Amino acid sequence: MALLEVRDLSVVFRRKGEEPTIAVDGISFDVEPGQTVGLVGESGCGKSVTSLAIMGLLPSRGVDVSGSVSFEGTELLHLSQRRLDERRGRDLGMVFQDPLSSLNPVVPIGVQIAEVLQRHRELSRKQARSEAAELLNRVGIPDPARRLDEYPHQLSGGMRQRALIAIALACRPRLLIADEPTTALDVTIQAQILNLLTELVADTDTALIMITHDLGVVAGLCDEVNVMYGGRIVERAERHALFTAPRHPYTNGLLESIPRLDAPRGERLVPIRGSVVDNIPWADGCAFAPRCPNAIEPCWSVTPALVADDGRMLRCHNPVEVPVTAGEGVR
Amino acid sequence: MLRYTIRRVLQLALVVLVLSVLLFAWLRALPGGPVSALLGDRGTAESRAQLREALGLDDPIFVQYFAFLGRALTGDFGTSTGVSPGKPAMELFLERFPATIELSIAAIVIALIGAIPLGYLAARRRGGWFDNASVVGSMIGISIPIFFLAFLLKYLLAIKLGWLPTGGRQSAGLDATRVTGFFVLDGLLTREWDASLDALRHLLLPALALSSIPFAVIFRITRASVLDVMDEDYVRTARSKGLAKRIVRDRHILRNAMLPVVTTVGLQTGALLSGAVLTETVFSWQGVGQALAVGFERKDFPVLQVVIIAAAMAYVLVNLIVDLSYAAIDPRIRTAGKVG
Repeated sequence: MALLEVRDLSVVFRRKGEEPTIAVDGISFDVEPGQTVGLVGESGCGKSVTSLAIMGLLPSRGVDVSGSVSFEGTELLHLSQRRLDERRGRDLGMVFQDPLSSLNPVVPIGVQIAEVLQRHRELSRKQARSEAAELLNRVGIPDPARRLDEYPHQLSGGMRQRALIAIALACRPRLLIADEPTTALDVTIQAQILNLLTELVADTDTALIMITHDLGVVAGLCDEVNVMYGGRIVERAERHALFTAPRHPYTNGLLESIPRLDAPRGERLVPIRGSVVDNIPWADGCAFAPRCPNAIEPCWSVTPALVADDGRMLRCHNPVEVPVTAGEGVR
Repeated sequence: MLRYTIRRVLQLALVVLVLSVLLFAWLRALPGGPVSALLGDRGTAESRAQLREALGLDDPIFVQYFAFLGRALTGDFGTSTGVSPGKPAMELFLERFPATIELSIAAIVIALIGAIPLGYLAARRRGGWFDNASVVGSMIGISIPIFFLAFLLKYLLAIKLGWLPTGGRQSAGLDATRVTGFFVLDGLLTREWDASLDALRHLLLPALALSSIPFAVIFRITRASVLDVMDEDYVRTARSKGLAKRIVRDRHILRNAMLPVVTTVGLQTGALLSGAVLTETVFSWQGVGQALAVGFERKDFPVLQVVIIAAAMAYVLVNLIVDLSYAAIDPRIRTAGKVG
């Protein structure tokens, strides 16, 4: 049994007087213990909403969550608030995108780390405090004893994200969800934070769901990658296969739009044309069809299903051909 | 922080000086004046002239002002001519100020105890019947004329039902020892429990009437502020930690949501300290508000001057205290001076 099994997860936002918005449209994926799974896509594809749904952090009003999220055999979606709070912070941790706004500005860092230890590990205030210093040390914050009494605005962006990671990993959770953990940081700090995350999850055998729009992050980190588009998974593959031979035109577009060091000089980047506003509903065909260079007639009328295709999952009527050389290279 | 405090205190001195000029001129520009207030229609021309001279009203106004300023700096605001003739105005003020402070504190305490929990609950149940009902209630609280509310409370609870006294600060014939001038506190200090309880019973209705506006204002600010804070990322982080509900509420929501509330409480307290003229009049509460009402009626310049200047000082001082206490609550302000 997988550590986390997500089945047919859908999230629909309803507002009075407006058409409901389907943010996540029946996605399924597994995370094995210790595995790192990427959830990739552009803004608005539903990746962050997926993570909030797993953690039970979506507002209760105006949002319909359906499907199943099973964690170590426990259905999280139907758990009572109390039972859910027993597991959040202990078995499931989350690192958020913007470390400044995600930390309470009027509470010292030390308290924000210690409170999760006091809650789940029943440590005394004093024990929790010394454990918090130990955690800060482990995430690479110098002079941790002094930092405990400082407030978020006194730390640098990178240190804040380290502190947030310390909070999420304080109780050694079985699963960590990182939602764009490096987006708000300087490029130089990004690499440090990613290395730190990789080290920590490897040391503690924590499974990781990495949510990002940045394929570069995925390339360095993930065992398996789910590419999302319009609230659905359009391609799922093992990392190496995905990067050497993307099959979905959207995945291919994402890869072609990032600069490569091994490309000939002067070669232009190829952006994906259009934007998400051009999407057509999945019910009418393929949501990506209006932006897709490979679109053929059925893409406008028949909804593609997610089907197994040579060791990967693919939702496409007219996938990118596997380059012969790349195919051989993989094997 | 020290430099800041000194600057604010100097500002206060300037405010009071300017106010004293305006106040002095304005009072003397009012129709009537102490002479006709004291003598009425029956005063002869001779007795009028005598009184004018005795009160120093014949001197040019700037001479009068500087004489006033010189004495005022030594704490002498002159002698009351109307509210309590013959009594030094400063003494009268000092006698009555504790009554006003007691009433203001009681009103603010009622408002705080009621409005903050209600504001929090209304925000948590946004759009529900409780939220809608309390928002409408707060509209009524803000817009109801305070003398109407005061009379209504007095009529229902004091006159009709007879549960509480109709006015004053203590029952006639009660022999209570005075220590601080705060009657409830005095009873506690001297262990005269009956006196304390009696004072509390007298305090309840005027405090209730006076709390209506602060109550409504604090409720609305708390509700709006909690609504804002609930959507903050750090509250989501707190939830992701699985923290107990109480800790999410107190440490993560309320501690942040209280910042704007503190400012409001300061403004409201300052306003109350300048004397609740209507409430004190309705409940014959012997505070500065009532002195102000009587003082205007009888053109008692010395009393009006000391009360209005003291009110302005209280207002500015309370807000200084609020600004300073802000630093204690919000660490971002505390370190701003050190870092940047």
